[in-house]
Amino acid sequence: MSLTQNISTSISSSSSSFLAYSVFPYRDVSLPSKNFGTCRCVAIPQEEKTTYKTNVSRNANMAKLQAGYLFPEIARRRNAHLPKYPDSKVISLGIGDTTEPIPEVITSAMSKRSQALSTLQGYSGYGAEQGEKPLRAAIVSTFYGGLGIDEDDIFVSDGAKCDISRLQVLFGSEATIAVQDPSYPAYVDSSVIMGQTGLYQKDAEKYGNIEYMRCNPENGFFPDLSKVCRADIIFFCSPNNPTGSAATREQLTQLVQFAKDNGSIIVYDSAYAMYISDDKPRSIFEIPGAKEVALETASFSKYAGFTGVRLGWTVVPKELLFLDGFPVAKDFNRIVCTCFNGASNVVQAGGLACLSPEGRNAMQKVVGFYKENADIIMDTFNSLGFNVYGGRNAPYVWVHFPGRSSWDVFSEILEKTHVVTTPGSGFGPGGEGFIRVSAFGHRDNVLEACRRFKQLYK
Amino acid sequence: MYNFSTCNAMPCRNFLWPMIPQARLEIQKERVVCHTRVQRNVNLEKLQNGYLFPEISMHELQHIRKYPDAKLINLGIGDTTEPIPDIVAVSMAEYAHALSTVEGYRGYGAEQGNKALRKAIAETLYKDVQVKDSEVFVSDGSQCDITRLQLLLGSNVTMAVQDPSFPAYIDTSVIIGQAGDFEEKSGKFGNIEYMNCGPQNNFFPDLAKTRRTDIIFFCSPNNPTGQAATRQQLEELVKFAKENGSIIIFDSAYAVYVTDDSPRSIFEIPGAKEVAIEVSSFSKFAGFTGVRLGWTVVPEELCFSNGFPVINDFNRIVCTCFNGASNISQAGGLACLSSEGFMAVCSVVNYYKENAKILLETLASLGLKVYGGENAPYVWVHFPGSKSWDVFDYILEKTHIITVPGSGFGPGGEEFLRMSTFGHRETILEASKRLKNLFS
Repeated sequence: MSLTQNISTSISSSSSSFLAYSVFPYRDVSLPSKNFGTCRCVAIPQEEKTTYKTNVSRNANMAKLQAGYLFPEIARRRNAHLPKYPDSKVISLGIGDTTEPIPEVITSAMSKRSQALSTLQGYSGYGAEQGEKPLRAAIVSTFYGGLGIDEDDIFVSDGAKCDISRLQVLFGSEATIAVQDPSYPAYVDSSVIMGQTGLYQKDAEKYGNIEYMRCNPENGFFPDLSKVCRADIIFFCSPNNPTGSAATREQLTQLVQFAKDNGSIIVYDSAYAMYISDDKPRSIFEIPGAKEVALETASFSKYAGFTGVRLGWTVVPKELLFLDGFPVAKDFNRIVCTCFNGASNVVQAGGLACLSPEGRNAMQKVVGFYKENADIIMDTFNSLGFNVYGGRNAPYVWVHFPGRSSWDVFSEILEKTHVVTTPGSGFGPGGEGFIRVSAFGHRDNVLEACRRFKQLYK
Repeated sequence: MYNFSTCNAMPCRNFLWPMIPQARLEIQKERVVCHTRVQRNVNLEKLQNGYLFPEISMHELQHIRKYPDAKLINLGIGDTTEPIPDIVAVSMAEYAHALSTVEGYRGYGAEQGNKALRKAIAETLYKDVQVKDSEVFVSDGSQCDITRLQLLLGSNVTMAVQDPSFPAYIDTSVIIGQAGDFEEKSGKFGNIEYMNCGPQNNFFPDLAKTRRTDIIFFCSPNNPTGQAATRQQLEELVKFAKENGSIIIFDSAYAVYVTDDSPRSIFEIPGAKEVAIEVSSFSKFAGFTGVRLGWTVVPEELCFSNGFPVINDFNRIVCTCFNGASNISQAGGLACLSSEGFMAVCSVVNYYKENAKILLETLASLGLKVYGGENAPYVWVHFPGSKSWDVFDYILEKTHIITVPGSGFGPGGEEFLRMSTFGHRETILEASKRLKNLFS
C-alpha cells in the first residue's frame, strides 16, 4: 500500500485534529527496537528518530483495504475545498446526512427520559441488550404487522452500520458474501475486515471472493440472478443506496427463491423503506418464505433524523437456521450480549416516541420533505438531459455521466459549483460513470444547488 | 446436532427463549423445517455457555419465581443504581431539546467523537500524562470497544488475560477465532495465556512464568478481584510488554474508584505509550450503564511490527464498523467533565465506595477472607475448597442475595465469589445484615 493511501486511511470525517497525525509516517523499516523510556513531545524528523515497534503483526485484512472508508474521504475533500474558496457557499449533497430538526414529540421524550435519570424512580442502569420491550413491540406493530414477526425477533441497536459489523462477526471469516454493485460500502469493507475476502484486484476494482451482482439501468437495477454464483450471505438494500432503486415484489420473490435454492441468507437492508412512494415491498418479510432465508436491518437515521442520535434494529426470524439447524437468532443474541451493551436508554425513549401515532406522522412529514428535495433534484437533472435514476423511492438521485470517471465528475462539480456529491465508483465498479446526489438538505440549499447545476450543465 | 446446553444461556432478563406460541409449535412439527446451507460460525460453537451476566439474570428470574415474596438483593451484575447528577441529566435534556431546533440540530458526528468531549477527556482525565485529544476515540462503551479492538487485531494474534477476568476479553477472543479449543479439564481455551491472579501472588501475575503473547488484557482496578496494581507492578508489566513486543490493552473502567496512589492510567508509566492501549468508560464513573458512553486511547506511538501505526487501523475500524456514540450521551459526558459535573459524579462514586467499605467490614468481621473493595466497587470473597456456583446458590437460597460466582470469570475464580457494591445504602445494609445472619 502506498504512503498516500495510508494517509487517506487515517483521515477522519471531520476532526481536523486528525490532520495532525495524518502525516504520521509509516515505513516498513527493520530497525532494532530501542527503549526510549519517557515519550518526548518534540518534532523530530523521521529519519533521525528510531521508532519503537511492537512485535505484533498488523492484521493482514486491514492491509487489504484500499483506502479510507468512503464518506470520511468525501468529508476530507470537502474540507480541503473550503479554504480554497472561502467565499463560496459549499453545499453538501454528498454524505447522506439529515439536516432538518427532529420533531418535538420525539426530542421531548428524550429530554424527559434524560431528566428521569436524575430521579430515584426514573433512574435505570443496564437495559436488556436486545432493547427495551415496549420499543421492540412498537417496532413490530409499526413495521411488521401481520408478517408473523414477534417482539423477540427484534434486536434494537445503535444503528445499521454497527449491526452490519456485528452480523459479520456472527457469520465469521469463512462465510462468503454477495453484494449489489454498486452498494453501500460498509458491506464490502466489513467483509474485508472479517477476512472473508481475497485481495483487491486493481483491474477489476473488486475484492477476490466477493460475488458482485451488477445493478444498472440495463437490468432495471436488479441483478440477473441466473448469472450470480452462490454465496452464503447476500446483502441486498432496497430502496437502494446509492441507486435509489426499489425492488418490486416480483423481484424480491425471485431473490427469496434464489436464496432458498442456494441455501443462502439474505441480509436485507431496509433503511430507506419509509421513502417508498408506490407499492413496492417495505420489508423482505412481505415475501412468503422470506423468514427462512432472510434477516432484515433497519434504522431510525433517515426517518427521524437520528444520524447523530444513533438507533436502529435488526430482525432475525426464529425460522432462520444454519446448516446444522441451529437458529441464527441464538448466535446473534450471543453476539449482542457479548459485543454490545444495548442502545442508549435515552435514545430508545426517542425511538418509542417516533412510533407513537404523533411521532409517525411527524416522521412522515420530514421524510416527505426530503422526498420533495429528491423531486427537485431529479427534475433538474432530467431537464438538463441527463439519464437520472432513483429519487422516487429513496433520498438519493443517481445521475449517469456515461464514459466519464465519477471522481472526475465529482471534482468538476465540486470545483465549479461548490456542491459536494458522491462519486459512484466509491460504491463499487458498477458505480463508475454515475454520481450520487443525496436529497438531504435545507430547501434553499437544494434549490441553490440545482440552480448551480443548471448553470454548469446547460 | 448443536449443543443444547447453550439453550439455557439465553438472556431472559426480559424475554424467554423460545417464545413460540403453542399453535406455531404444532405447525412446525408437521412441516419440514427449512435450513439454509450456511455453516454456523465454528467460533461461536466453541463458547461454552451464554455470556456470564445474562446467565446470572436467568438465575435471578428463576429465584424470583421460586420465592415471589422474597426481597431479592442484587449484588451480582455490577449495575449502577443511583440517579445521575442533575447537571448531567439537564445537559442531556437540553441537548435533546436543541435537536428539534434549526440551530441546535446535528446529524452525523465524527465517528471518533465530539471534539470538545475528546479534548475534555484528554485534559481532565489524562492531565499529567500528555494524551492528545486526537488519540481519544469516544465510544458507546468498553464492551463494544473490546470487540472493535479484536476486529482490529484479527484472528491471528495471541492473547493473555488475567485469571480471573472480565469475561468479554475471552469471549470476544473466542468469537474472533484467536482462542483455540476449549479444554474441559483445565476449563481454559488452548491458545489463551491465563495469568493467574490470586492472594498467593498479590493478585499480580508472575510474569516470569508468563508465555509471550501479542496482546495482554489487563484490568486495573480489577474486575472481579477489586485489586488495583501498584506503580511498580505496572512498570514491570510495561517492561514485560516491551521486552516481548506485546501490546497491553489496559482496562481502566474503575480508575475513579482508586483511593490510594495506585496509577489510574497505564500512561502514568513511562514508555507505556509505545506498548499500550487504554479502554475506559463512563458507566461506573457516571452511572451511564444505560446511557452508553466510553472511550479508548490509542497513542500515536503505538506501532505494529511493520511500523504501521495502530491508531490508523483503529480509526479505520471506527469509521467502518461504528458511527459514533450518541450525540446526546456525549453531551452528558461533557457535562460530567465540567468542574461542577465532575464533583457531582465523584460524590456518587464515593457513595458506592462507602457501600464497599460497609460490605468489606461486614465480611471481614465474619472471619471471611475478603479482597478488593478499597480501590474498586467489587469485593472478592474467598471460600477455600468450595465450588463457586455452589456458594452462589447457597447464598442466594439462604439470603436472597445475588452475587457472581468467581468461576464465571475463569478457572482462577473458582472458590471465590464477587459481590458488587452498587446499590441503595439501605439495600447494602440489609445485605450486610443477612450475610451476618448466615455466616455468624
